[in-house]
Amino acid sequence: MSTKVYAGTEVPVNEEGFFTDPGQWHDDMAAEIARESGVGELTERHWVIIRFMRKEFAEKGTGPTVRALGKTSGVSVKELYQLFPKGPAKLAARIAGIPKPRGCI
Amino acid sequence: MSDKIEKISIIVSKGSLEGIYPALIMANGARAEGIDANLFFTFFGLDAVHKARHEHIKLATVGNPGLHLATWAGGLPGVSTVMTRYLSHKMDELDIPPIPEFVEMIADTGAGLYACQASVDLFGLSKEDFIDQVQDIITVGEFYELAAGGQIIFT
Repeated sequence: MSTKVYAGTEVPVNEEGFFTDPGQWHDDMAAEIARESGVGELTERHWVIIRFMRKEFAEKGTGPTVRALGKTSGVSVKELYQLFPKGPAKLAARIAGIPKPRGCI
Repeated sequence: MSDKIEKISIIVSKGSLEGIYPALIMANGARAEGIDANLFFTFFGLDAVHKARHEHIKLATVGNPGLHLATWAGGLPGVSTVMTRYLSHKMDELDIPPIPEFVEMIADTGAGLYACQASVDLFGLSKEDFIDQVQDIITVGEFYELAAGGQIIFT
């Protein structure tokens, strides 16, 4: 287990950089994590997904997969890949400070 | 050489439900991990992207010992349809999309979909027979060019 410093706060993360304690995440950490994970500057569309990830995690205890995001977030699969080219569910989960969603679809 | 997979090209050669799904799941899963993916449909695998056929992909109930069903029973009329319906229902419960929807989704992820020239010629098909997501009909040589630098998976 290692730690990272985002927005001046030290937080525990796993070897892939995902938060191990989502409770320690704050909005102002997102921009820094996004830059670090290659997503670049966050737009309002990115934030739609980040907030959705937080909400899903709070309700279900796990983040949605790309398929679930495409069906329920209001952002199409095509746009999801434009926003997060290197894997929407994975990157959005990392930026939103929640564990990496597991699932094959 | 990096030990991380950066690109995969998957050959889909079978036209049965159990022949097509693994390739689709692997292609979709690759894109979800940020891995580039190409799908190359050849021989009966072309049915997965055939406009008139992709909604009617069936589970092979004959010559499929994994089903633990007597061969004679698997060959009875309607058995394949019933088994396919049962499996589709189970898949729906797990939120695994039907083949047409799944293929469309995979195209939306930015994966490349291609049909095999030799098989298209063999079956007397043309570009119009395939769904719009099929980018091109390509030769085996062109496939290798596309696959260059990545891993190739044959299913």
